[in-house]
Amino acid sequence: MTRLTLSRVTKRFDGQVALDDVSFGIAPGDRVALLGHNGAGKSTLMKLVLGLIPLDSGEISVLGAAPGSRRARRGVAYLPENVAFHPALTGLEQIGQYLRLRGEPASGAQALLERVGLGAAARRRIGTYSKGMRQRVGLAQALIGKPDLLILDEPTSGLDPVSRREFYALLDGLAAEGAAVLLSSHALTEVEARTDRIVILSHGVMVANDTLAGLRKRAALPIELHVAAREGQADEVARRLDGRRVNGSQVRLDCHHDDKLARLEQVAGLGALIDDVEIVPPSLEDIYSHFSRRAAP
Amino acid sequence: MTRIAAIAQAEFRIALRNRWVAIAVAMMALFALVLSAAGSAPTGALGADRLSVTVASLTSLAVYLVPLVALLMAFDAIAGEVERGTLPLMLTYPLSRPELLAGKALAHLLTLALALAVGYGIAAAAAFYGDPRAATGLPALARLYWTSLLLGGTFLGIGYALSALARRPGAAAGLAIALWLVLIVLYDLGLLAAVVADNGGYFTTDIFPWLLLANPADAFRLYNLAASEATAAAAGIGGAARSIPLWQSLGAIALWPLLAFALAVAALRRLTP
Ligand SMILES: Nc1ncnc2c1ncn2[C@@H]1O[C@H](COP(=O)(O)OP(=O)(O)O)[C@@H](O)[C@H]1O
Ligand SMILES: [Mg+2]
Repeated sequence: MTRLTLSRVTKRFDGQVALDDVSFGIAPGDRVALLGHNGAGKSTLMKLVLGLIPLDSGEISVLGAAPGSRRARRGVAYLPENVAFHPALTGLEQIGQYLRLRGEPASGAQALLERVGLGAAARRRIGTYSKGMRQRVGLAQALIGKPDLLILDEPTSGLDPVSRREFYALLDGLAAEGAAVLLSSHALTEVEARTDRIVILSHGVMVANDTLAGLRKRAALPIELHVAAREGQADEVARRLDGRRVNGSQVRLDCHHDDKLARLEQVAGLGALIDDVEIVPPSLEDIYSHFSRRAAP
Repeated sequence: MTRIAAIAQAEFRIALRNRWVAIAVAMMALFALVLSAAGSAPTGALGADRLSVTVASLTSLAVYLVPLVALLMAFDAIAGEVERGTLPLMLTYPLSRPELLAGKALAHLLTLALALAVGYGIAAAAAFYGDPRAATGLPALARLYWTSLLLGGTFLGIGYALSALARRPGAAAGLAIALWLVLIVLYDLGLLAAVVADNGGYFTTDIFPWLLLANPADAFRLYNLAASEATAAAAGIGGAARSIPLWQSLGAIALWPLLAFALAVAALRRLTP
């Protein structure tokens, strides 16, 4: 049983297509990253799933129920993008309120804040919090009552690298307990190995839905060989290998996975002209732009 | 119920910390003191006790202040949540939109109730101090108190509706002040001008009373001034106020908060976060 199913979901704003025929699903324990540039439709997709805005066509099933229904709301947690809580309340009071709204005692607030590393600041007003700390308050409220599905809109924006790692560790724990997670980001480097699957949106069109390894394979982007020539030999090396000289000593070669060894042999054949050679696989950003560019109108 | 209470509690805390409670209480207390000082001249000639006279002046004051305080507390209620991005979050909780509004209204009404109790309490104490017969005016004071709350509730509801329609706190504040000016100040001036121009014609006899009832602030004034002989005498009203039966002005005062709340709910339902 999937926790979330989207089939052929389409949403327009005043005739402008924000989501175009998007279909995918999330199973229990799955962490899915939703990637796309600003305006790709990530937040719109999440709001549709939460039942905050109506869809134009297609179907969405959340925990087997309709988006925004009582059943769905009880089991789904949400972290909106750029959320700022009331500055006059303390973290403890704010989380206490959210606990009571979910029918749980407010006394659980301290423990939740400790889980996101805000234990010491719990009694301070949110107005005094940094952006990262406010983001953690948002995360704390999303953990209330062991949700079956978490919808997190750019949860790591505003977090420093250490906090980001802590966030993903928290996510690992949730997924291990069977929660399904949909989180968005505009950078593949932020989510990389920490998610099970990656869905890429480009101008409202789903251009990929795969694991990172799968994406790498399908993109079939060239590998780069970075060859360092010996003093004064860069031109000669570039000519003999048919590569690009990038500076006084560096020569770059593109090659496909299948002829990597043959190219390396050629490099080795130059012997004394070569100082060093490095194999650089396509970066995450390369893979991401490969997919997100494809659907550009 | 716990959900409404959770909203109300947080909202009351915010009102306390934003000094709203302090400002509302201080404002009512200050005006009550000024009124009591100004009204300390002998009133025996009118035959009304001191408290009834005070209630008449408090009524005129409340018509201006209560809607203003209510609108000032309400304008940020929805627009502020939109601006902070917490409204979509709230709406994904197992909480209905009317429940959200009810929680906020409860906290704001409580603030208003405190402020009015302090203000009217001070004025009443001053009246008792100057006139042993003041107890005669107690029913009028009680009536003024709960109708003030109904008037406040009405303008809270209207304020929430404006807040939801405007979506931005700045725009909502502007709308709220404009509405206050129109309903509380300009409306009466317009009616007065029309009555004068009409010179006792059809408008004055057949339309004017309904227009008075249609405005919650006018209905509030009518009811409080006409409900007690002594207050009516003190306020020196007659004509229009006397020609409208009490049950009609009372009905208008009681219906308006419901209508305003329904308006607020409708405006909030229309809002897509
Ligand atoms: N309420 C709205 N009214 C009109 N257009 C909207 C609205 N919300 C989003 N859009 C448009 O839909 C597109 C997708 O927006 P969004 O989902 O916020 O993108 P993302 O979250 O990926 O940055 C954008 O072109 C945006 O301008
Ligand atoms: Mg977004």
